[in-house]
Amino acid sequence: MIRSRDQLGFSIRALLRQRFRTLMQLIAMSIGVLAVVLLTGLGEGARQYVLGEFSVLGKDILIMLPGRKETSGGMPPMTGEGTRDITLQDAQSLLRLPEVERIAPLVVGNAEISRGARSRETLVLGTNSTFFDIRHIQLARGQILPELPLDQPSPVCVIGTTLKQELFAAEPALGQWVGIDTYRCRVIGILADTGTGLGMNMSEALIMPVASSMQLFNTEGVFRVMIDVRSAMGMGVLSRQIEDIMRERHDGQLDVTLITPDSLLKAFDSILSVLTFAIAGIGAISLFVAGVLIMNMTLITVSQRTAEIGLLKALGASSREVRQLFVTEAVMLSLFGALLGTLLAEILLWLVRIRYPEIPFAAPLWATVAATAIAVGCGFLFSWIPASRAAHMAPVTALQHQNGK
Amino acid sequence: MSQAKSAAAANTALIRVQGVNKTFLLGDEPVHALNNIGLSIQAGEYLSVMGPSGSGKSTLLNMLGLLDVPDNGQYWLNGADTVPMSEEQRAVYRRSHIGFVFQSYHLIPRLSASENIELPLILAGIAPAERKRRLAPVIERLGLGSRAGHLPNQLSGGQRQRVAIGRAIIMKPRLLLADEPTGNLDSQSGAEVVQLLEELNADGITLVVVTHDADLGRRASRRIRMVDGVIVSDDCTPSSGTQSRTDQSDAP
Ligand SMILES: Nc1ncnc2c1ncn2[C@@H]1O[C@H](COP(=O)(O)OP(=O)(O)O)[C@@H](O)[C@H]1O
Ligand SMILES: [Mg+2]
Repeated sequence: MIRSRDQLGFSIRALLRQRFRTLMQLIAMSIGVLAVVLLTGLGEGARQYVLGEFSVLGKDILIMLPGRKETSGGMPPMTGEGTRDITLQDAQSLLRLPEVERIAPLVVGNAEISRGARSRETLVLGTNSTFFDIRHIQLARGQILPELPLDQPSPVCVIGTTLKQELFAAEPALGQWVGIDTYRCRVIGILADTGTGLGMNMSEALIMPVASSMQLFNTEGVFRVMIDVRSAMGMGVLSRQIEDIMRERHDGQLDVTLITPDSLLKAFDSILSVLTFAIAGIGAISLFVAGVLIMNMTLITVSQRTAEIGLLKALGASSREVRQLFVTEAVMLSLFGALLGTLLAEILLWLVRIRYPEIPFAAPLWATVAATAIAVGCGFLFSWIPASRAAHMAPVTALQHQNGK
Repeated sequence: MSQAKSAAAANTALIRVQGVNKTFLLGDEPVHALNNIGLSIQAGEYLSVMGPSGSGKSTLLNMLGLLDVPDNGQYWLNGADTVPMSEEQRAVYRRSHIGFVFQSYHLIPRLSASENIELPLILAGIAPAERKRRLAPVIERLGLGSRAGHLPNQLSGGQRQRVAIGRAIIMKPRLLLADEPTGNLDSQSGAEVVQLLEELNADGITLVVVTHDADLGRRASRRIRMVDGVIVSDDCTPSSGTQSRTDQSDAP
């Protein structure tokens, strides 16, 4: 019986002294594993990102927007038929409900921000101090918007880091005045660099009191009202109460839509599961391709080395030992290939993370483990079959293969 | 089973073959590669097998070396009836009793000369220290000392064949089978290889050489000639001292 250490040595030598073949097989193997780990890493990152975006809202937030969007998928009503603005008074009136703790109205627009010679067209958010709390917005320095009655304007603003950089470069910005189209306001706070949220890049945004922004954009209606609810319980009942108030205020017509994070998540759930299936599918395809590659490689290896198999048998190796030698070799190759592929995938994911730091691209452990296991399994299975066939060949037949080469 | 008979045969003969046939299909044509072969070989004999190409010499040697099984007939090696053996049992027998030398060397290209010679010891599961101990005198004897670490493609044909012979004798087999061992060599290195084989025979190993070369064939103390799968002549030089005869029965 051949010793297992000698068997390992034989296989390692076979791999090391045929570098080109080994390299090709390693590449084939690692590409398969690379594809799986990389794809799941990217997919999982995207999934986490989307989930994270919603978790910013928190469980007990309701969002009210103008217009009626039927969840059953019908057409939105004609806007001419009297979709009315949601006014600040409408928003204020919701605080009557005991279950509503706080509200944050939101007005969104673009404006030209200028300071001295520099200017920049950017996103302007009109809101109140509650918004900072609900969205967990951190400040790098200064303070958030003052607590004012909703309808009272004030010439102050909070700016994102990118915007600060563009307008002030290294100079201190706090207390300085900036122009917003024809208005002027004083910078009282600078946002911490926490990236995006719900599709808005906060680092380029300017945040000002909602009343000021409505003057600026000359509008009576708000874009959204975020409603912070005391408890997530009875969200459905509360929605109906809010709808009642709004119907009453809008002459008996219900022309607002309420969205709960739950319903949002449900809407995105189908997208997420399609994404997951797509990733699983692509991963399966690339593993299958890798498996076929291993099988071909092993077939080539075995047929190239049939004479060697015949020789080993002539020297007294049993069929089992011959098969073991080839299977060991293939399994070691797959294992090294899987490690190489995982390493490459991790490096690529790391590079992508550097490029897009806000998205948590990382392969889940299960993907790496599964890809490695499947790679080794493929190496085992697909080498076992041709190696057994060759090992059971009569020694003479195998030896005579030499003539072909 | 004629237990007594086979035991008696083992007392005198290392190899005893009786009524062996082997037929191959070449396309639809059956080729009678071995036709009712009978042969017994004493331990320590030096045999040459000659005959035209396709006469069944290699087939006979492969059968003697347990690389191939006869379609029917009997073959006792060292007292053991080999035909009913399983392939795994034959493998064990090949490892410990039989050494092969092939015309095309059959060295493993990625292993060095000494690693090629060591291979049968590795396959037999012998410990590294013991392997080293057994390897040294063989490499010395083959005159490969300085070339032991070279790969086969860095060696001349004669050196490669000496490596192959080293590999064939490292397990100290009783039987050494050589199929045209000088077929790929120039006359100088061919002569060296023949000398090495004959020295090994002088030390007691039973040697069977298949050859095309009449001069080489004449050197053997017993000369077998095959035509179309049949042994047509079997000459012993009286001085060789072996008394064995073929058991050729009813040759057509
Ligand atoms: N594996 C095989 N398949 C088919 N025919 C074979 C095979 N091996 C040998 N033969 C045939 O058997 C005959 C004897 O072959 P062989 O023993 O190799 O002859 P020799 O070695 O004397 O030249 C030849 O006709 C050859 O074609
Ligand atoms: Mg031949």
